[in-house]
Amino acid sequence: MPRPGFVLDVDRSTPPILFWRGENFSLEKLPAGRSRVIYAPEPIAAIADVDGAIRRALLDPIDQDPLPVQLFPGMKLTIAFDDVSLPLPKMRRPDIRQRIIEAVLDLAAEAGVDDVHIISALALHRRMTEAELRHAVGDRVYDAFAPRGMLYQHDAEDPDALEYLGTTPHGEDVEINKRAAESDLLIYVNINLVAMDGGWKSTATGLSSYRSLRHHHNPETMIHSRSFMDQHRSELHKSNWRMGKVIMDSGIKVFQIETTLNTDTFPQPFEFLAKREWEWSPRDRMTYLASTTALKRTPRRMARNIFHSIEAPHQMTSVQAGEVEAVHRITTDHVYAQQLVEVKGQTDILTMGIPYISPYNVHSILNPILVMCMGLGYYFNMYRGMPLVREGGVVIMTHPTPPDFHPVHHPSYIDFFEQVLSDTTDPHVMSQKWEKQYAEDEWYKHLYRTTYAYHGVHPFYMWYWGSHGLKHCGRVIVVGGDPKTVRRLGFVPATTMDDALEIASDVVGRSPTITHLHTPPLLVADVI
Amino acid sequence: MKALKVSRKPSKFIAARLASTLSTVTAAKLGPLDLVTEDAPRLPDAPGWYRLRPRLAGICGSDLALVEGHASTYFDDWVSFPFVPGHEVVADTEDGRRVVLEPVLGHAARGLDLPFEDAAPGDGDDYGHLVGGHLKPGIQTGFCSSTGGGWSSDFIAHESQLHEIPAVMTDEMAVVVEPAAGGIHAALACWPAVHAARERSEQPVVAVLGAGTMGLCAIAGLREFLPGVRIIVGARYPHQQALARSLGADATVSPDELARAVRREVGCHVVGDYLSGGAHATIDAVGNSQSIAACLRFTRPRGRIVLLGMPAQVSVDLTGLWHRETVISGAYTYGTETLPDGSRRRTFDLAIDMAQSRGLDRLVSATYRLESYSEALAHAANSGRRGAVKIAFDLRSDLPHSRKEQS
Repeated sequence: MPRPGFVLDVDRSTPPILFWRGENFSLEKLPAGRSRVIYAPEPIAAIADVDGAIRRALLDPIDQDPLPVQLFPGMKLTIAFDDVSLPLPKMRRPDIRQRIIEAVLDLAAEAGVDDVHIISALALHRRMTEAELRHAVGDRVYDAFAPRGMLYQHDAEDPDALEYLGTTPHGEDVEINKRAAESDLLIYVNINLVAMDGGWKSTATGLSSYRSLRHHHNPETMIHSRSFMDQHRSELHKSNWRMGKVIMDSGIKVFQIETTLNTDTFPQPFEFLAKREWEWSPRDRMTYLASTTALKRTPRRMARNIFHSIEAPHQMTSVQAGEVEAVHRITTDHVYAQQLVEVKGQTDILTMGIPYISPYNVHSILNPILVMCMGLGYYFNMYRGMPLVREGGVVIMTHPTPPDFHPVHHPSYIDFFEQVLSDTTDPHVMSQKWEKQYAEDEWYKHLYRTTYAYHGVHPFYMWYWGSHGLKHCGRVIVVGGDPKTVRRLGFVPATTMDDALEIASDVVGRSPTITHLHTPPLLVADVI
Repeated sequence: MKALKVSRKPSKFIAARLASTLSTVTAAKLGPLDLVTEDAPRLPDAPGWYRLRPRLAGICGSDLALVEGHASTYFDDWVSFPFVPGHEVVADTEDGRRVVLEPVLGHAARGLDLPFEDAAPGDGDDYGHLVGGHLKPGIQTGFCSSTGGGWSSDFIAHESQLHEIPAVMTDEMAVVVEPAAGGIHAALACWPAVHAARERSEQPVVAVLGAGTMGLCAIAGLREFLPGVRIIVGARYPHQQALARSLGADATVSPDELARAVRREVGCHVVGDYLSGGAHATIDAVGNSQSIAACLRFTRPRGRIVLLGMPAQVSVDLTGLWHRETVISGAYTYGTETLPDGSRRRTFDLAIDMAQSRGLDRLVSATYRLESYSEALAHAANSGRRGAVKIAFDLRSDLPHSRKEQS
């Protein structure tokens, strides 16, 4: 029986706590008597018969006819699937997207459907490499569809491949992939890692264009999403749902397939990363010592390769299919069942160890903008109710924050770092002054369409992701971060955790309460 | 008079070149430069010559190249030894005027016919006069054994070289007039590319690589005489970037970020190491192999590179130049300029105005007595790193008491 999440009050006997530091980790002693650590629930039980569960979901969907009933010869069928940003880390083969797509294709073949396109719903993310596509959909699907041009990636900058559907009552443009819009049935294959994934966000974001995305990927929406993980209080969610209604009203039939995973995140020998420190075995301690010592001596590039080669053992805990909103309600319940931890009250200082990975640097570099996004965009927002840190409080991250950028994946990030952040760190100001130039830059468009580059506007979105955190926090400190880079982000560098706490005392006094978000594995704090 | 004198001793040039890898102080001590006391230069037997008492004399990059033994052998036949360096000079004439020196030893100074009416010393397209007339060879005061130079308490100059400066102009402002004129000349050399951009209704973009004294003066010149151009500057040090912005740069970045900054400005692509387009014109205020190669990469096809920094022997792959039909032009000095509106003005007159309007006295960071020349040269050689721009010799303590007060 997996144990639920847990909030540890730190006392004198509490061992040092594990903090991620990019491609390494450290153990930090938190002050006794006023610190607490939030641990994620242990991985819940996985579905034993995954293929059986998938088939049952397709044959007995929620609020829709069984999938075979919706399939007929001569129809246009499009299968869209979540891109390389999910799950994290990538899962061991076979990926559940492969298992679902194969099951759908079996039914389509039985029904005599031969016009099938499979599309990676990457929005403004980078294109997936062949290896990444093969990992997600499997060799059999890839070999059958890709050579014939029937497995490809959404192109948000191809005007001929987009269909404008209209506007929401709020004036938001809705434009999605033309093939998806013109299909008799659009099947979306989702992996729901956190509560904000899935639902109408799958199609309204994953298959859309800058023209649509700018209506919810902006500072105003982000500031008023409290949090992204709480659908009822998320403007991002509401905007996507409004767009979903436009999609639905335009006659597009969507068959949504959503899955959830447990939080079994790290394979051997890194299992200790998910454990509670006082339960570490002698072997765990030895592994920690050996790995941190080795990683300190390992060139950063090599360390990145080691970590990005990790394939997580996480397994499917649910699969549901059918009508988008009904499916997503169930999915969200499953996500919460795995990730929610009840936490009493806010804290003066929220600490977080930033790991090597985010949705936007798979097989890549967690550059400084993504460090900000992980800290203030993702971890800060891992709450329901109210933020873990009080308004005006301090966030302390641990990460080396080198000024390293992947030149192929993140070309516009380099310019964003050099040009935009040296001008302003205010999301509103940069959105007014700089966003259009980056969004419309022909070179970035070219790289997005033809190489493996994120869209030119993407670094802005990453920065906006942290808008609420930026506004909410009195100070952000990065322990171990490259000082010049950290200052460019508008944050304060500190050498050690003690230094950071000293610096924080200017803002929150000398005896602040401290809460450490012990993640990954992922958790959502239900702050009451 | 006392003077810093350069003599033609190959062994000393070699020693300076080797020592410069250690420090400029060592190079100055071992090199061809000596502090001497000797008779002042003799006035030529020709009209219009004056004896001058320097007030401030700047240290230029070309002076440093000479002291450190890096100057090109190209100049061997264009200068005459021994000579007293110093061509950025504000001085008093014996008849009581405070003047800045236009250092080129042109036709008038050498007693030769002018190439055209009212020609400035730097005008003309036959440089034969620089080694002719009644003076020994020398492209400028400061490289000619007949005239002496500004790094002394006494030298001579011809009336054609003298520009009287208004009383409101400080010596510090006046000593920057010569590099300001060089900057203006380089800025105006960008005009054909800027004009072509405007003809195509494009926003002209000029990149400036390097923001020492010359780069900063070029930026001021661009802003003053080519209004409306976007100026993107690659400057290594924060104080250089701040000065560049205050003198009119629209964006400043570190030199290794300049190509990206230009790309952002013009919105072109990147193909390999080169921008597909680029700046309409680029001023290279550094002048070495790396800077020229960089400028070739971010100057647009059929654009113009103006070499303001004095290069010596360089090694550059010119395939890109050939393919992109890039124009590289030198910007050595000044004379008579044709402004964008078609009017013609002497560069020095423009520079005297600009030094005042742009407050260029702020470029003078430190002054030294002549006796402290080793320290002065070391400071000048490391000016960027030490937060400085222009270093000069202060000779005002050698002036008669009544003259000192004028500054």
